[in-house]
Amino acid sequence: MSENKDFQAGLTWIGKSWAQVDGLAKAKGETVYADDMFLPRMLFAKMLRSPHPHARIKSIDLTQALKRPGVVAAMTGKDLPIPFGILPVSQDEESLCVDKVRMIGDPVAAVAAIDEETAESALEDIVVEYELLPSVLTIEDGLKSLEETEISKTQIHEYADSGNIHKQVALEFGDIETGFAEADHIREELYYYEGNTHLPIEQHSAVAQHGADGRITLWSSTQTPHYVHRALAKVLEMPASQIRVIATPVGGGFGGKTDPFQHEMVVCKLAMMTGRPVKLTLTREEVFYTHRGRHPVLMWVKAGMKSDGSITALHFRNFLDGGAYGSYGVASTYYTGALQTVTYPIANYKFEAMRVFTNKAPCGPKRGHGTPQPRFALEVLLDKFAEDLELDPAELRLRHLIPDNSKTVNHLTVTTNGLGECIRKVTEASRFQQQRTGSSLGKGFGLGCGSYLSGAGLPVYWNKMPHSGVQIKIDRGGGVTVFCGSTDIGQGSNSVLAGIVAEELGIDIGNIIVVTADTDLTPVDLGSYSSRVTLMTGNAAIDAARPLREKILSAASEVLKIPAEKLMLRNSSVLSKNGSGEPVSFVDAVQWAETKYGMLGSVGSYTPPSHGGKYKGAGVGPSPNYSYSACVAEVTCDPESGIYRVDKLWMAHDIGQAINEKLVIGQVEGSAYMGLSEAMMEEQIYRTGKDNPGGLHKTPSMLDYKSLTALDMPEIETFLVETHDPEGPYGAKEAGQGPLLPIMPAIANAIYNAVGVRVDEVPITPEKIYQGLKELKSGKPGGSGVIGRVGPKKFPKITFPEAIKVKSVDS
Amino acid sequence: MLRLPPFEYQAPNSIAEAVALKAECGDSAMFVSGGTDLFPNMKRRQFTPKILIGLRKLAELRSISLDDSGNGLMIGSGVSLSEVAEHPEILNNFPALAKAASLVSAPQLRNMGTIGGNLCLDTRCNYYNQTFPWRKALGFCLKKPESPMQNDAICWVARSSPKCLAVSSSDCAPVMVALDAEFHLMNPDGKRIVPAGGFYKNDGMDFLNKTPDELLVSIHLPLHEGWKMNYRKLSRRGAIDFPVLGVAVALRLDTSGNCMEARIVLGGVASCPLRAFEAEKLLVGGSLTAEGSLTRIENTAQVAAKLAKPMDNTDMTLGFRKKMVTQFVAETIKEVLK
Ligand SMILES: Cc1cc2nc3c(=O)[nH]c(=O)nc-3n(C[C@H](O)[C@H](O)[C@H](O)COP(=O)(O)OP(=O)(O)OC[C@H]3O[C@@H](n4cnc5c(N)ncnc54)[C@H](O)[C@@H]3O)c2cc1C
Ligand code: SF4
Repeated sequence: MSENKDFQAGLTWIGKSWAQVDGLAKAKGETVYADDMFLPRMLFAKMLRSPHPHARIKSIDLTQALKRPGVVAAMTGKDLPIPFGILPVSQDEESLCVDKVRMIGDPVAAVAAIDEETAESALEDIVVEYELLPSVLTIEDGLKSLEETEISKTQIHEYADSGNIHKQVALEFGDIETGFAEADHIREELYYYEGNTHLPIEQHSAVAQHGADGRITLWSSTQTPHYVHRALAKVLEMPASQIRVIATPVGGGFGGKTDPFQHEMVVCKLAMMTGRPVKLTLTREEVFYTHRGRHPVLMWVKAGMKSDGSITALHFRNFLDGGAYGSYGVASTYYTGALQTVTYPIANYKFEAMRVFTNKAPCGPKRGHGTPQPRFALEVLLDKFAEDLELDPAELRLRHLIPDNSKTVNHLTVTTNGLGECIRKVTEASRFQQQRTGSSLGKGFGLGCGSYLSGAGLPVYWNKMPHSGVQIKIDRGGGVTVFCGSTDIGQGSNSVLAGIVAEELGIDIGNIIVVTADTDLTPVDLGSYSSRVTLMTGNAAIDAARPLREKILSAASEVLKIPAEKLMLRNSSVLSKNGSGEPVSFVDAVQWAETKYGMLGSVGSYTPPSHGGKYKGAGVGPSPNYSYSACVAEVTCDPESGIYRVDKLWMAHDIGQAINEKLVIGQVEGSAYMGLSEAMMEEQIYRTGKDNPGGLHKTPSMLDYKSLTALDMPEIETFLVETHDPEGPYGAKEAGQGPLLPIMPAIANAIYNAVGVRVDEVPITPEKIYQGLKELKSGKPGGSGVIGRVGPKKFPKITFPEAIKVKSVDS
Repeated sequence: MLRLPPFEYQAPNSIAEAVALKAECGDSAMFVSGGTDLFPNMKRRQFTPKILIGLRKLAELRSISLDDSGNGLMIGSGVSLSEVAEHPEILNNFPALAKAASLVSAPQLRNMGTIGGNLCLDTRCNYYNQTFPWRKALGFCLKKPESPMQNDAICWVARSSPKCLAVSSSDCAPVMVALDAEFHLMNPDGKRIVPAGGFYKNDGMDFLNKTPDELLVSIHLPLHEGWKMNYRKLSRRGAIDFPVLGVAVALRLDTSGNCMEARIVLGGVASCPLRAFEAEKLLVGGSLTAEGSLTRIENTAQVAAKLAKPMDNTDMTLGFRKKMVTQFVAETIKEVLK
């Protein structure tokens, strides 16, 4: 349902819907995923994992395992001791733990054998001696200082900011106290967002080969082959030029395959030790331990609002439960504060956060990375303010939107903001105003909004090189090959690349061969994370294609004796713009061009603009542009039990410009699914240790870790809003993550509308609603002080460091 | 992926052969029907049988027919859950059973899983249905100690409990009890018939009134005029989810709507389906649609709910599951009366 058809009139592919270039192969089972690979003489590896949440490794004895028939090699952390990690500031992971294990599931040894069964059995032969250490399992415990605990024993990483506080952040934009003084209404509240995981259908899997030429090749189900390449060079102590990383087609990632991983290092080492290819595919349970999913975040929010609904002050304090390793955690911490500012103007803003290490699976980036948690809090808070001010929640938001071409309080540049249009679309289609006020007990409508970045403005490691490179080669036969380091994880980035090059060269997508995600063959692209690919590789592809188009047209112009400006490439032909003359085939034109210029090839690249602020921490948040989304949810909730069903979702997403409309709708609806699943049930939770050994994952299987099934999924009506952003290719923005953000608050607000219970916590389960209903019936508050409100009751008392004071952009 | 432990597969050609083979092999053998319960458990090492006795070749186990007297339906234990859910005779006469079968997991699993396997389903517990390394990290529990020699195993759900509290999680079992089904078993010495209510025992480890050598051959469902029934299931999501509460209700009503007989059975709240005898009595006698019946139904539900003592070893909080029993029983009765 795109608009601005005029804009698209001159375009062949952009904005239309075409089949994904790799779709049919996937549907037919032709696609070779990492675990489908079988190389001659291949061995199978397994890793032995720690049964203790926190322990020192005293010894590991591999003797018996090596004696087992069929076992070819075994290794420990000492065989590959160099640490790694995705961020330069947290190089805290080991291929296999060397001195200490930090969570149940931390790998300590690995075996390569002739088959998986033998490798698995051999793990039982390995003898590990541990010395148990006290474990840290909650945010509260993680915040404890040196005096309160035997920190030398419980400190999980020595490089933490202090104790087990991995990272602390404190920033103030403008003057928060002045902001509160100017407010007519002030609310101070607590919110909690439980951790959850990505649950891709394909488990992580990697195959390594140590070639006769001494080079290492790693095939891996990864979203970021470039970062894996760098990490391997470091850990294996080999020049990067001797290592080739190929990302195999990824069967779902959602951020869970964005780090370099232990199993990737281990297969390389075992391949080097044995001289044979080695494969390691994680079990589903191991995927839960590998994790890097949504951080559990406990939030304290104080907000001040004028009677007209403008926000004078917003203050967030967030505690993130980071788990056992750094991963992207430092960035995640900043992200819990960065993007609250890009939807509605905030006059004064303060943001404080701490990420703690705990002896649980490490958290990291999951779709929305650090943004869904505070967005949930903010959007529920706005719903409450709307009630205070007796305003319609949509009206409150529509009155205060960040204008186009403006700067936010924390110095982010907003080029275009389609949120107003998104809100209008979903509220009109759902008849939100009437339904909200008019429907009966048990029926509820809720609104939520959100915004996300189209690619991080800065790379993961500091450098000024391009973020994406594209190379194009044109064959004499008219075949066009596009090379790019980007990684298709099912989101359709290969199709986007093909579509853009087809558009620029006026040819059929079927004539384009896409070669991606192979560090030997393709130019660097930073990877499929932070919703960056369409915008960045898209711009790089345009940059590479346009010079080729010029060459082809100029060669044709010479032969046809028509000025190049009067010619265009369309329908696999050179045509004159005014329609005169016979079309010349693309193949002929290509041959004329090769005759004139020699081999036809070109490269293009993209570096994002330096849009952000200059303060410490300003690196997280800037992006070329921001997508906006709005959602209205309709629920039916039983006022006795709290059991509810979501009847329908109306989604609108400011996509800037759809490259492939179907693909975008797929991303929007996929995000809605994932968000709804988080909103309703997903939790990555652990045994607490109260009456059992703590730190054990409670539900490490797809049966017990509850996520939505097809039967639970409501109808979605999706609207695309197109704002034609100047920074995006053809005006495009991201679609992969943003549409997830409005779902959780939309559900919470709809439940309140249906039965009057506020669940200030995700997931929003029937059990919690039931609790609130009981309070409403009895008239007695349940600990949180507010009748019918379910959510966190306590907030740890801890002093944050002095905030870095930054001038708000206006002042 | 998780691998199956090595085993030998035997496919006997007759019931007699199957039973004899099982008796001969003793504890080292197990029957396998659809395998949807057993194979995942084997992968996680709850069971490591040396020999599996496959029942798929036994055509006698796969039929649905009227019994000789024409008074009841015989369902072979090897009939798939999909068939149970869709069979016209079952839909007509025992809609609650068809519904229960249709609510099991997902279509693929219902195509493979059988009614016999469902009725012999191992009891479940979220400390137990975990992989070997997970259970090792925790410390092995009573129901599956590391080895028969281990004597310090405890129950993680209730440390002082001398017996296992794993949960009866079959959707069809409570319905069978409510329908007064009879289970026809075969052992090396001959046949045995056990009423469904007597087939289950409230012990997470020793939960079936059946020797390991006995094969469940078929289920006999008596046809009665005037019986109405329903089944309701509580689980977090719409598919691929075991019941954390199942309520089966069967009522015999006379032509003027008076309740002559009532059976109320709770699943998912103990190690066996629980029949709510006391509650049933409150329903019998008089009309259930007359004025004032609603209170009677509520009272009945409250009495039935007293039986449920769920433990914290399934999905959903304990308190909520307990609270839901009352509401689910009342609603199921009302649905039956509709
Ligand atoms: C993801 C998942 C979800 C599930 N959800 C549900 C659910 O919602 N509700 C539900 O009720 N079940 C559920 N199940 C359990 C199971 O799939 C079904 O109960 C199924 O009906 C079992 O039948 P089967 O033939 O596959 O049993 P099998 O696995 O073959 O056998 C189960 C047990 O019964 C024994 N057995 C089988 N047949 C006989 C016989 N004729 N005589 C004696 N012993 C026998 C076996 O030895 C074994 O111990 C689920 C399973 C999975 C894996
Ligand atoms: S109820 Fe107790 S003994 Fe039984 S399986 Fe669970 S933890 Fe083990």
